[in-house]
Amino acid sequence: MFKKNYFVPLLALLPALLLSGCDTKMLVFDPKGPAARDILDLINWSLVFMLLVVVVVFGLFGYIIWKYRATPENKDYEPPEEHGSTKLELIWTFIPILIVIVLTIPTVKTIYKLEKVPAGYENKQPITINVTSADWKWIFSYPEQGIETVNYVNIPAGTPVKFKLTSAGTMQSFWVPQLGGQKYTMNKMETKLYLTADKPGEFLGRNTNFNGKGYADMEFTVEAKSPQAFDKWVKEVKTTAPKLTEKKYYDLLKPTHLGRETYIGTHLQWVDHGKMNSKTYTNPELYEVHGVKGKIFKDEEPSKKTTDETMNMDGMDMTDKSNGGEHDGH
Amino acid sequence: MGINWHDFFIVGNPLILGSQIAILLTMIGIVAGVSYLKKWKWLWREWLTTVDHKRIGIMYILSGVLMFFRGGVDGLLMKAQTSRPEMKFLDAQHYNEIFTTHGVIMILFAAMPLLIGIMNVIIPLQIGARDVAFPQLNALSFWLFFAGAMLFNISFVIGGSPDAGWTSYFPLAGKEFTPGIGNNYYAVALQIAGIGTLMTGINFIVTILKMRTKGMGLMKMPMFTWTSFVASIIIVASFPIFTVALALMTFDRIFGTHFFTLSAGGMDMMWVNLFWLWGHPEVYIVVLPAFGMFSEVIATFSRKMLFGYKSMVFSVVGIAFLSMLVWVHHFFTMGSGPAVNSIFSITTMMIAIPTGVKMFNWLFTMRKGRIQFTTAMLWALAFIPCFIIGGVTGVMLAMGAADYQYHNTLFLVAHFHYVLIPGVVFAVFAALYYWWPKMFGFMLNEKIGKIHFWLFVIGFNVTFMPMFFLGLDGAVRRSYTYSAESGFAPLFMVSAIGAVILALGFAALCYNIYWSARYADRNISNDPWDARTLEWATASPAPFYNFAKLPEVKSVDAYWYMKKHNEGLTLEDNEIKEIHMPSNSGLPFFMGVVFGISGFFLVFEWKIAALVAMIGILAGLIIRSFDYNDGFHVSVDEIKQTEKAWRGNDKGVNNHVS
Repeated sequence: MFKKNYFVPLLALLPALLLSGCDTKMLVFDPKGPAARDILDLINWSLVFMLLVVVVVFGLFGYIIWKYRATPENKDYEPPEEHGSTKLELIWTFIPILIVIVLTIPTVKTIYKLEKVPAGYENKQPITINVTSADWKWIFSYPEQGIETVNYVNIPAGTPVKFKLTSAGTMQSFWVPQLGGQKYTMNKMETKLYLTADKPGEFLGRNTNFNGKGYADMEFTVEAKSPQAFDKWVKEVKTTAPKLTEKKYYDLLKPTHLGRETYIGTHLQWVDHGKMNSKTYTNPELYEVHGVKGKIFKDEEPSKKTTDETMNMDGMDMTDKSNGGEHDGH
Repeated sequence: MGINWHDFFIVGNPLILGSQIAILLTMIGIVAGVSYLKKWKWLWREWLTTVDHKRIGIMYILSGVLMFFRGGVDGLLMKAQTSRPEMKFLDAQHYNEIFTTHGVIMILFAAMPLLIGIMNVIIPLQIGARDVAFPQLNALSFWLFFAGAMLFNISFVIGGSPDAGWTSYFPLAGKEFTPGIGNNYYAVALQIAGIGTLMTGINFIVTILKMRTKGMGLMKMPMFTWTSFVASIIIVASFPIFTVALALMTFDRIFGTHFFTLSAGGMDMMWVNLFWLWGHPEVYIVVLPAFGMFSEVIATFSRKMLFGYKSMVFSVVGIAFLSMLVWVHHFFTMGSGPAVNSIFSITTMMIAIPTGVKMFNWLFTMRKGRIQFTTAMLWALAFIPCFIIGGVTGVMLAMGAADYQYHNTLFLVAHFHYVLIPGVVFAVFAALYYWWPKMFGFMLNEKIGKIHFWLFVIGFNVTFMPMFFLGLDGAVRRSYTYSAESGFAPLFMVSAIGAVILALGFAALCYNIYWSARYADRNISNDPWDARTLEWATASPAPFYNFAKLPEVKSVDAYWYMKKHNEGLTLEDNEIKEIHMPSNSGLPFFMGVVFGISGFFLVFEWKIAALVAMIGILAGLIIRSFDYNDGFHVSVDEIKQTEKAWRGNDKGVNNHVS
């Protein structure tokens, strides 16, 4: 593995190669949807100017330290007293201002663009998927289809998807690099993100915002299916998957590592964590660091009543004295 | 109670057990060594109770280097853990604690004391003063910083380290998700150190405004003094925000309030805003003095005055102003809306303008100069290209929409290491090589210095350059492991190898200090570099009263002017007058100890004990209020003797560089 890729580290030492765009394998440089493509256009635009800055400064730097280096021959050379030059200083104030302006305009445009349904897909009816992040898993609810999945999300290709992001607990960040940029998920807050996949395909998504022991494994897959295949999958789920019960959902919110799961029905019928006054679901007694369990200071709002503790399913049993961060439930 | 007694000491991890034993042995070694050499009295009289800015500065630097070592070991452990996919070297909890302490220690307990230490030693000398404005307050600043640093450092052996990242985002950092006392250490230790820093900021503002020698107008101040002055203003503007945020965090974790918690209507986003309202200016607090150091070094070794002094000053002030207006760029992805993100993208990119001005001014200072490649100058030279890479990637990150793809990835991590290592660490190294003779009376070895330089610069680039590419390929920060299928393995390996080279570079510095302390020539003049500013007008090392006669300043680069016009270089006997100096005091040390103990009790949530210990703080304040000791006078004879020892005799190393 290492031998086969021995040239990759070498590439790393030559940033210029990145700028020439020949390493197209990097996820950010391999967009599969309009949002990611818009951002990549912006990145490439910025790279041109950044390269310009680097070349000019490096060139000037190399020239000056070579030309004016101390040598035995110029031992008696006494450098002139030079206070500065208004003309030169104005030049290198205004050129950066110009560069900043040139970068600002497309930046602002792109920022606004990413908040809307991507160009070319305006007449397509977007589908809505509610994303709820919990420790340490991703829960996807399809309110229109009435199904819920864990740690994977299927979307119809060529259709804009409106992700409504929230979190059941800690702050996290929802990122599918090949489809677009990321956005935070926060409890009692709802953020929105439009992503669209051009064609069917499978993409990696993950949490980028550190949220404790299980953070490294908070990945999910996005599979874009053709609209027909998507409808077929929905129908299949509707006939085969188990029904999501309230109790089952509370169990999902416990700090566990899970594989893929699929349910009929969504948890939105009981709680939408994005609502400002939604109920708080935390399991402080299931977090343990150095032998100490978490706690909530008393408050008027009842924290989650402990449901039957024997119902500890797929994940590992967090109540034992494991005293560390080992999680082998994946 | 935040802890079970049997978990008081962290046990069961060989790495931590090893450190516990090492700490114990070191402590026994120090106590035995000092006792054997009968140096307790000396230690107390000359160092622990000193109010001399140069000695306080040296203690700051020493603690900074120690902390840099500690933070560096954290970094190496992280690099070892991520060198291969699915590595089992550290578990998630341990890794989380290590990257948290790495960040906190490097910024607050390594970069800050190193810079404040150098400021302490140099600023009063540069402005021709005999000490800072409030010498005893200065000692108190140091001991509070030291108490905070030690409190933070014991966390990994007693009770467990903070584990929510150096940013300590809520709700993760609350009791609901991170039980134990780890994050109490964060809240309390940083608070204590922060109070010290705040007082340093006030002290230096007053010192620079009120203590300048005759003739030194604001626009005749050396650039390092200027940048330190502006950094002090930022300290005073931004540290109170952090103080408040940490106090609220302490209430949340120890006293059961709900400012930032998930339950009972806490607002986690408020923490993020408060943190970065301090956190971003903090970056400029560390980088501005560093810019000043580069300015001094580049001017000296190009044998030219700084190009565009005025525009340098304006750009420093401009950077300081903008630094308070950019904090949202740390969380563009929070969904603040396109208008907010656009505005903060623009303010952030605007910082590139004054920084660019400085860059070109440095380049043009060297133009038409005669550049001598001393070790100090090499650091300043390496800074320029490395920092440019950090700078341009910074502009890329500043573009809100593009940041959606970089945020929280290793691209970001690579960027801020490319800013902070060239910007701060290179500067500190340059400053140490440059000002070492002024501090200790001998020079660091140039040959070992160059080995140190090359190892460190190459190691730095090999470590952090691959991270840009890893980040663009989707590798995120703070993740303790990654899968083999991700394809990240080769670049992570390169990065780990780079970290080893980096560590070797640091080892070379330590060896250089040891070698030079033992073998270097003590016979050096007051001005071994043929330098330009006032600190070189007095002996190396500087006498405790700094200047027998306060110099008079007629131009920027005052000492250069004195040398060119042969003015004020000699000292007549009748010019010597008695000098009034402040007396030593044990009170700052005592306050540091009391703050440390109260903090420790508070961390462990022993509220009554903490309250009792805090009576000591009150007692210290009362004692200080009734302290009528207003210093002593140095006799003319003593000054004459000290001055005679270095003036007039042609010493060996008069001009160290040819």
